[in-house]
Amino acid sequence: MTEIDRDRARAVQPQALGHTEADGQGSGLQLNRREFLGAAGASVAAGSLVFGFATRAAGQGMPPEVNAWVVVQPDERVIIRIARSEMGQGTLTGLAQLVAEELDCDWARVSTEYPTPGQNLARQRVWGNFSTGGSRGIRESQDYVRKGGAAARMMLVQAAADEWKVPAAECSAAAGVITHGASNRRTTYGKVAAVAAKLSPPTDVKLKHPNDWKLAGKRLARLDTIDKTNGKQIYGADLQLPGMLNASIRACPVFGGKLKAFDAAKVASMPGVKKVVPVGDNAVAVVADTWWHAHKALLALPIEWDLGANANAQQAAFNAMLRAGLDAEQAVAGNSQGNAKEALAGAARRVEAIYAYPHQNHATMEPMNATAKWTRERCEVWTPTQNGEGALAATAEAAGLPPAQCEVYKIHLGGGFGRRGAVHDWVRQAVQIARQLPGTPVKLLWSREEDMTHGLYHPITQCKLSAGLDAQGKLQALHIRISGQSILAGIFPQNVRDGRDPVVFQGLNAGGTEAAFGYSVPNLLIDHAMRNPHVPPGFWRGVNLNQNTIYIECFIDEIAHATGKDPLALRRELMTAHPRHLAVLNAAAERAGWGKPASDVNGQKVFRGLAQTHGFGSYVAACAEVSVDMDGVLKVHRIVAATDCGHAVNPQQIEAQVEGSFVYGLSAMLYGECTVKDGAIEQKNFDSYPVMRLHEMPKVETIVMPSGGFWGGVGEPTIAVAAPAVLNAVFAATGKRIRELPLRHHSLKA
Amino acid sequence: MARLNVNGQVREHDAEPDTPLLWVLREQLGLTGTKYGCGVAQCGSCTVHIDGAPVRSCVLPVSAVQPSQTIITIEGLSPQGTNALQKAWVENDVPQCGYCQSGMLMAAAALLKNKPRPSDADIDAAMTNICRCGTYNRVRAAIKQAAGETESAGLDIVHVTRSAS
Repeated sequence: MTEIDRDRARAVQPQALGHTEADGQGSGLQLNRREFLGAAGASVAAGSLVFGFATRAAGQGMPPEVNAWVVVQPDERVIIRIARSEMGQGTLTGLAQLVAEELDCDWARVSTEYPTPGQNLARQRVWGNFSTGGSRGIRESQDYVRKGGAAARMMLVQAAADEWKVPAAECSAAAGVITHGASNRRTTYGKVAAVAAKLSPPTDVKLKHPNDWKLAGKRLARLDTIDKTNGKQIYGADLQLPGMLNASIRACPVFGGKLKAFDAAKVASMPGVKKVVPVGDNAVAVVADTWWHAHKALLALPIEWDLGANANAQQAAFNAMLRAGLDAEQAVAGNSQGNAKEALAGAARRVEAIYAYPHQNHATMEPMNATAKWTRERCEVWTPTQNGEGALAATAEAAGLPPAQCEVYKIHLGGGFGRRGAVHDWVRQAVQIARQLPGTPVKLLWSREEDMTHGLYHPITQCKLSAGLDAQGKLQALHIRISGQSILAGIFPQNVRDGRDPVVFQGLNAGGTEAAFGYSVPNLLIDHAMRNPHVPPGFWRGVNLNQNTIYIECFIDEIAHATGKDPLALRRELMTAHPRHLAVLNAAAERAGWGKPASDVNGQKVFRGLAQTHGFGSYVAACAEVSVDMDGVLKVHRIVAATDCGHAVNPQQIEAQVEGSFVYGLSAMLYGECTVKDGAIEQKNFDSYPVMRLHEMPKVETIVMPSGGFWGGVGEPTIAVAAPAVLNAVFAATGKRIRELPLRHHSLKA
Repeated sequence: MARLNVNGQVREHDAEPDTPLLWVLREQLGLTGTKYGCGVAQCGSCTVHIDGAPVRSCVLPVSAVQPSQTIITIEGLSPQGTNALQKAWVENDVPQCGYCQSGMLMAAAALLKNKPRPSDADIDAAMTNICRCGTYNRVRAAIKQAAGETESAGLDIVHVTRSAS
C-alpha cells in the first residue's frame, strides 16, 4: 500500500484503529494510520515495542459502514463505534451491548472503535456528544445508539429481502444471520453489508422492549479486560511515536502566578536534553529523548516565578471566609418551600450543626499526559480524555489552527473521575510545547507531584443546617445554608446567572428527575452563599452530591438522635412522598438487617449507619456496618448498597461501579484533603495524600433494583452515600459526630 | 552498555546508573506494561519481580540490579496469559481502568509464590498497591480463586468465546 493509498483510506474511513476485543488482539489504541504503520515498523526494527493491533488488513480495502455506529466486515466481524470514553467505568461494553442488542448481531464477533472528534466535526456530529462525565455515557446516548443498531439491522435485513425479492417483514435476524422462513433461505450480515450500506436509512425505527433484551441487561464480560492483565493495553503515558521526544513540565506552584525566568544553560548539557521551553505564561518544560532525562533536568532547572496575587493565600483564611458565608445575608435559594426562617424562629426546639468538606485531588492513577505533533498546516494530539471534542477545541486554540486542521486520537484513560473532561489544560500545554518543535511529536507526561499540585479540585464548602421541631418533635422547618465554592464559576462562568450555580444544589433539588431532595419538609430553605478561593475547582467524581449528601444524611441522623427516633423510622416518616428514594433505602436497610443487632466481629460490637440520595438520574442507598476498637481504630466491615438506575445494562459492571464508588467515597471521607499554604497546594504525592487500600475495603453487597421507565447513571451516585453511611455508623459506635472531613483529623478513641 | 536479565532475555541498555529501573524498562527496553504512578514507591503500579520478590521499580536505581538477577515484568508473567492469576483476573473482570493492574498482578503473583494459599490477612499485608477505580474486592476474590481457595468468586459473569474471524 502506498502512502497515497493510505491517505485515501484515511479519507474515507475512520482512522480509529483501536479495536478492543475480548480475544486479546485489540489494543484499545487509536493512532493516525500513517503514524501507526510507522510506529509499528520502527518498533519491530528496534525489537522493542510491538503494538498488538487487531488485524484489519489495510490492503484489502475497508468495508463501508452500514451507518455511523456499525461496520460489518465480510468475515462477519462487527465493529461498533463508541463515542464516549472508556476510563474503567465500563461504558464501552455497555454501549456496545445496547447497539448489538438492537443489531441482533453475534456478540462473539463484536469489537469496538472510537471515531475521532475530527470525524465527528466533519460529519455534522453524527456521533453526538463525546463528553463522558456526569455518569451520562449510557443514560444520555442510549436512545440514539440503540436506534443506530436497530437501523443497521433493518438495512441489513432489507438488503437480504431485496436480493430474495421478498418483503423485509417476512425476514428475521438473529446473531448476524438473516432468515426468510417461508423459503428457507439464509444469509449473513457480512454477505449483505456492502449492499445494505447503500440503502437509505429507515425513518421509522422501533426499539425493543427491555423485557425482550438478550444481550443488554446481561452480566456480560467486559470487552477490554485481557489487555489490562498482560501489559498490552497502551495508555497515553505509554505511547511511542517515531522520532518522539518527551517532556516534563512544571507550572507555577501558586495558581495565578507566572513564569518569570529560567536558566536553560544550567541543564542544557544534561543527558538527553534537547530543549527547555516556556509553556504559556505560567510553566516551563524540559524536552529530552526520554521522560526520565526530561524530568531529571527539570528538577535541576533554576526557575524564577512571579507568584502573583495569591502568594500569601492560606487555608485558614479560606475556612474563615466560608464560615462567614454561613451567616451571610446574601444567598441564592435553590429549593424553597413555605417559610423556613419564620418557622425556625417560632420552633419549639432547634437542632443545628455545621459541616465542612475540603478540597480534594482526583488523583487518577495515570497522571495527565498528551502527545502532540504540530506543523504549520496540521496539529495532532493523542491523549486520554473524557471529552474528545473538548480536547480538539483545546488543541485548535493552542495550535493556532482551525479545528478542521487538527485531530485528536483518544486513548483509554488510566482513570478520569472528572479530571480529564471539562478543562484540557494538559492538552494545551502539550500543543504549546510541540509548537516550539515543529514536526516533532512530543509526549508531555506530568509527574505525580505536578498532578497533585495542579489539579481542578473538588470544591470546598461548608454547610450550616438548622432544623425547627414542634413540641412533638416533628420536623417543621429546615434551613440548609451552603457556603463555598462554585465549580461553574471556576470553569464555565457563563453558566452562572445572577450568582446562581445550579450544580451547587445537587441532591437537594425540589423534585424532578435529577438529584432531587428526598424529604418532605413543610418549611424548607436551601441556599448558597458563593465563596470562591483561588484554588481552581473541577468536576470531581460525584461532584457536589458528595458533600451535600454527607450534610443532609448526617444531619437527619442528628435530628433522629435529638428526638429519640430510629434513623430509619425518621427517614421513612419524611420520605413518604418519595417512593423511589425510599425503596432503595428500605432495600439496603432490610438486606443489612436494620433493627436486628449485628453480629460482633473479632469481639468488637458492630454498628450500622444509613444514607440515601438521588443523583445522576439514579436512586441509591447504603447501610454500613462498622466497629471502633478501644484505640479508636475504625473498621468498616460490610456495606449493603442499593441502586435503582431505571434500566440495568450490565449488572456485573454496575456492581463494579458501586464497589469502586465506596473506594472513592471512603478514600475521600477517611483521608482526602488538599490544603493551601502560601497559595500552593501542600500535598504532593500519595504519602501526603493517602487513599484507601485493599486492607481497608469492606465487603460490599450490591442490590441492583432497576424499576424501569427511566435511565440513571451508575458511575457516581453511590460515592455520595459512602461517607454518610459510615459516619452515621461511627456515631452509633462512638457517640462522636464527625462534621469536618477528613476523618483522619479526629480521634475516635473513647 | 549495561546488561539486565528481563523476562528470560539478556537485554542491554545505556541508561545512567541512577536511572530508576522503571524508566529503563519503559523507555530503554520498551516494556511499558510496568507503570509510573507516583515515583516514590507509594502506589505499586511499577511492581516487578527481582529474583521472585516484588520490587517497586520506580525508586530502584538500575545500577543496583545485577546482571545475574532475574527481572520479571507483567509482559513476562506468562507469555500466553495462562498464569492462574491472569485467568482469574479475566474471569472476574477485575480491571476497571486497568492502569494499576500490572502492579496488582505482580504483587499478587509474588504473594502466591510465597504463600500458595494466602489468608485474608496475608492478602491484606501483601496487596498494598493503590487502585483509584476501586477494584480491591475483585482483586481479593481473584487471588483466592487463583489460589484454589474458592472455585469461583460467584460473580456469574457471562464469557462468550470470541470467534476467531
